[in-house]
Formats: sequence, C-alpha cells, structure tokens
Amino acid sequence: MGYATKSPWVIHYDASSCNGCDIEVLAALCPGFDVERFGIINTGNPKHADIFLVTGSVNERNISVVKQIYDQMVEPKVVVACGTCACSGGIFHDCYNVIGGVDQAIPVDVYAPGCAVRPEAIIDGVVQALGILDEKSKALKAAKRGA
Amino acid sequence: MGQKTIIPFGPQHPVLPEPIHLDLVVEDEVVLEAVPQIGFIHRGLERLVRTKDYNQFIYVAERICGICAFGHSMGYAETIEKLMGVEIPKRAEYLRVIWHELSRIHSHILWLGLAADAFGHEALFMHCWRLRERVLDLFEKTTGGRVIFSVVKVGGVNRDIDRGTLDEFVRVLEGIKDEYNQICNAFLKDPSVYNRTAGVGVIPTEDALGLSMVGPFARASNVNYDVRMLGNGAYGDLSDFKLITSENCDCYARMEVRAAEVVQSIEIIEELAAKIPDGDIAVPVKGAPADGAEACNSLEQPRGECYYFAKGNGTKNLERMRMRTPTSQNLAGMAVALKGCDIADVNMIVLTIDPCISCTER
Ligand code: SF4
Repeated sequence: MGYATKSPWVIHYDASSCNGCDIEVLAALCPGFDVERFGIINTGNPKHADIFLVTGSVNERNISVVKQIYDQMVEPKVVVACGTCACSGGIFHDCYNVIGGVDQAIPVDVYAPGCAVRPEAIIDGVVQALGILDEKSKALKAAKRGA
Repeated sequence: MGQKTIIPFGPQHPVLPEPIHLDLVVEDEVVLEAVPQIGFIHRGLERLVRTKDYNQFIYVAERICGICAFGHSMGYAETIEKLMGVEIPKRAEYLRVIWHELSRIHSHILWLGLAADAFGHEALFMHCWRLRERVLDLFEKTTGGRVIFSVVKVGGVNRDIDRGTLDEFVRVLEGIKDEYNQICNAFLKDPSVYNRTAGVGVIPTEDALGLSMVGPFARASNVNYDVRMLGNGAYGDLSDFKLITSENCDCYARMEVRAAEVVQSIEIIEELAAKIPDGDIAVPVKGAPADGAEACNSLEQPRGECYYFAKGNGTKNLERMRMRTPTSQNLAGMAVALKGCDIADVNMIVLTIDPCISCTER
C-alpha cells in the first residue's frame, strides 16, 4: 500500500477490557504517537467511522452493544481487535462471564496482540486495516457497477 | 413545565473511556434523576483464585484495572503477605511505594486530560497526555511495561532500580514540574475553565461522609481521609504527610485536589529515592496459606481507598478473594451530584468522579 486513499476515522469501544488497552488506544491518538498526522481521528459516532477498534473480550451483557455499533457503521468497514483479550479472551478466557474474543460477536479483520497492546501494534494494525478498507471499497464499487 | 423524558447516556459515549449506562430522567434541560446500570465489564475474575494459585493470581489481580494496575498487584501481594505472615525487605517496600506513587502521577495526569476533554478543551487534553508519556517512559525503563508491569510478586518485587535510575527518576520528575505547573495554571486559573466547573456537581461534606465516599473525590468534599496517612509500609518513613482537601465540594475542587496530589507524589518519590536502604528486594515464600486464615488490607489507590480480603483453605489456591474498589463507593455520590444538574454538565460530572468501571465490576 503506497498511500491511503482516505483519512479513516476510528471509533473505539471498550468491551470488557481492563482499561490497559483502552488507554493505549487513546495514547496512540495523543501526541506521543500521534496517529492524527495520518488523518486518523477518533469519533464517537459509528456512522462516521471506518475503523472499529475493540478492546477486551465480549460478555453476555455487552455482546449486543458490540453488534449494534458494528451494524450502525456503514460499509466499507474494518474491525481491529486490540489486545490479547479482544483477540482470544486472554487471561480472562476461562472466567464464567467471558464468551471469548471479539470474533465471537462480529467478523474481525485485523488482530493486534499484546497485553497491554502497545501503541505501535495498534498503529500497525490500523495501517493493515487501511489496506483492507481499500480492497473492500473497491469490491463494493465493482459490485455496484456490475449491478 | 416541560415533559419528562429519559435520555440514555452510554455505554458507548465519546467522553467515556469505559462503558457505563445512565438513564437520565430530564425535564427541560434539568436532570431529575440518574439511574446507573452496570455489568458491561463484569468478567468474574475473583473466581479465578480457585483455579490459579496465589502466585499466579497476582497477574490477574494486576489486570483488574489497567490504570491502577500497579496498585492492585501491590494491594493483593500485601494481603497475601499478611495472610501468610511474610515480612518483606525494607527496600522492596520502598520500591513498591515509589512505583505506586509514580502510577498515581500517571493516573492523575491522565484524569486531568480526560477532564479537559470533557469540558471541551482538547489542546489541554493533548498536553496532559504528552506529559504523561514521560512518566510512562520511566515505567518502561524500570519494569519493561507501559501500563501492565508484572513487577510485584508475593514476598517482594521482581526488579531492582539502581542508584543511577533513581536519580534519573528525580531528574525527570523535576523536569516535568515546570510544564506541569503551566498546565495547572490553565486548569486552575483560566476563567473559562473556572466558570465551567465552579459550583457544578456539588456534593456536600455530610453527603460525602454519609455515602462513605473515598479518595480525592471525598477529599474535595472536605473529608479528611487518606489511607496513606496511616503510614503502612514505606509511607511510615515519610517525614511529613499532609492531607490535601478542599472545601468547595464541586468539580473545580476535585481538579484542585488532584492537581495538588501530583506535586505531593513527586515529593514523596524524591524523599524515598533519597532514603532508600540497600538490601534484598524479595524473600522466598513457600508453603500455602493455612486453612481458614483470613487477612485484609487497604491501600490508597489513585481513586481512593481500595480494600482487599483474602481467605485461605490450606491449599495453594485461595478460598476467597474480594476487593472493594473506590469507584463502587463513589458511584452513589455520582447519582447525588447528577441530581438537578444541567444536561450539558452530565459528562463533566461523570468524569470528575472518575469512575473506574473495570475495577468496580471486575
Ligand atoms: S489484553 Fe491485557 S491489558 Fe488489554 S484488556 Fe486484556 S488484560 Fe487488559
């Protein structure tokens, strides 16, 4: 991927993370790592977002919230699971109230591991997500032309 | 007279780093009642003590909350040490307190930033987080992690900090002070910030006492309680410990208290770094807690008093582990503060109380 065709906006939701990954997601958006220089902005509105950053595993209570946010985002959209908890349930995988990684609820495109996930890993994940986003939007356009 | 409406707030909301749901009953622009709903982060990790032994559980305890991670591992380790009658070396006590105070600095600066974001001051938010990175660098240098450290173990600590690095701590913190004071100026002296926060979300002292609120939040309502003043561990060796309280009881007072506590923590670290004794950093811990043995412990987390209880059953696994976290005490106060406030102030009041939901629900 040589360049990004658009400045993606991200939305962040804390499923049942311990906060460690959340604050790293925020730290990635802040001056130390500053993903805003790539045009990436954190938004609170799912309808404006292209990339969904989820931290933490899903449980009975929040699985519907995760699904809802995902459904409200418009196509094309990419999901990045940030942190080991979001990837697989991590250290909490055998807790009674944990269903598992985010992929139990919604399709996940990129897995960024780490406990806590390092901001570099998040940035890496988002860059990969950008490539996938491009492909998805191309496929969408092609489908439209075909229709 | 307007009509009563219910406005849902959260669980996904830009100002909330963590999910909590509030049903706000509003009439016109005024909140009549706020009904919190929780459960979005409940994992059930206390139960893991049955399947993990007491040495392994420390890594789970640390992951109760990523902001006060160090405090939780320290509080848990102290509880188990009490349970098994282990005396840890002085140097380990000092190192724990130094890291703990460092994590208080990082947590308070993080919170100040989020508060700035809540009242719409994004540049200030960025400045706070930029400063916080310098503190995290110190953590990374000494423990290897930025937010999860895994450096405490039952019986002491895993890593030592050598003299040169301790001096560097002091140097870096001194260097931060200047910039920090400038940021505090913006928080405490700027008229637009003052007008936005003064008199908002008042919790009178009687209410704060009645609801047994803890931490900087209670101290801002003039409750003079801080676990550190009891002098556990290395806190007992401090030459002087002054409580920081405020009489205003509003959002402004909460910022004032936290802002001052950062400076206090820097001073504590400087004093302990100068006094730290030489010696071992851990003692070996063998065996298992006796059947029926119980121990409790409390610790001043960045958000207030956290209480730990552990019960052994004669095996390496514990019978029961229980924590009472600061936010579970403070949530009741939040409902009081929200009653009668403007709908536009809701996010700021919620934030100044600094709910740490993942501690509370575990
Ligand atoms: S991966 Fe680690 S730091 Fe991240 S939410 Fe899970 S336990 Fe916390």
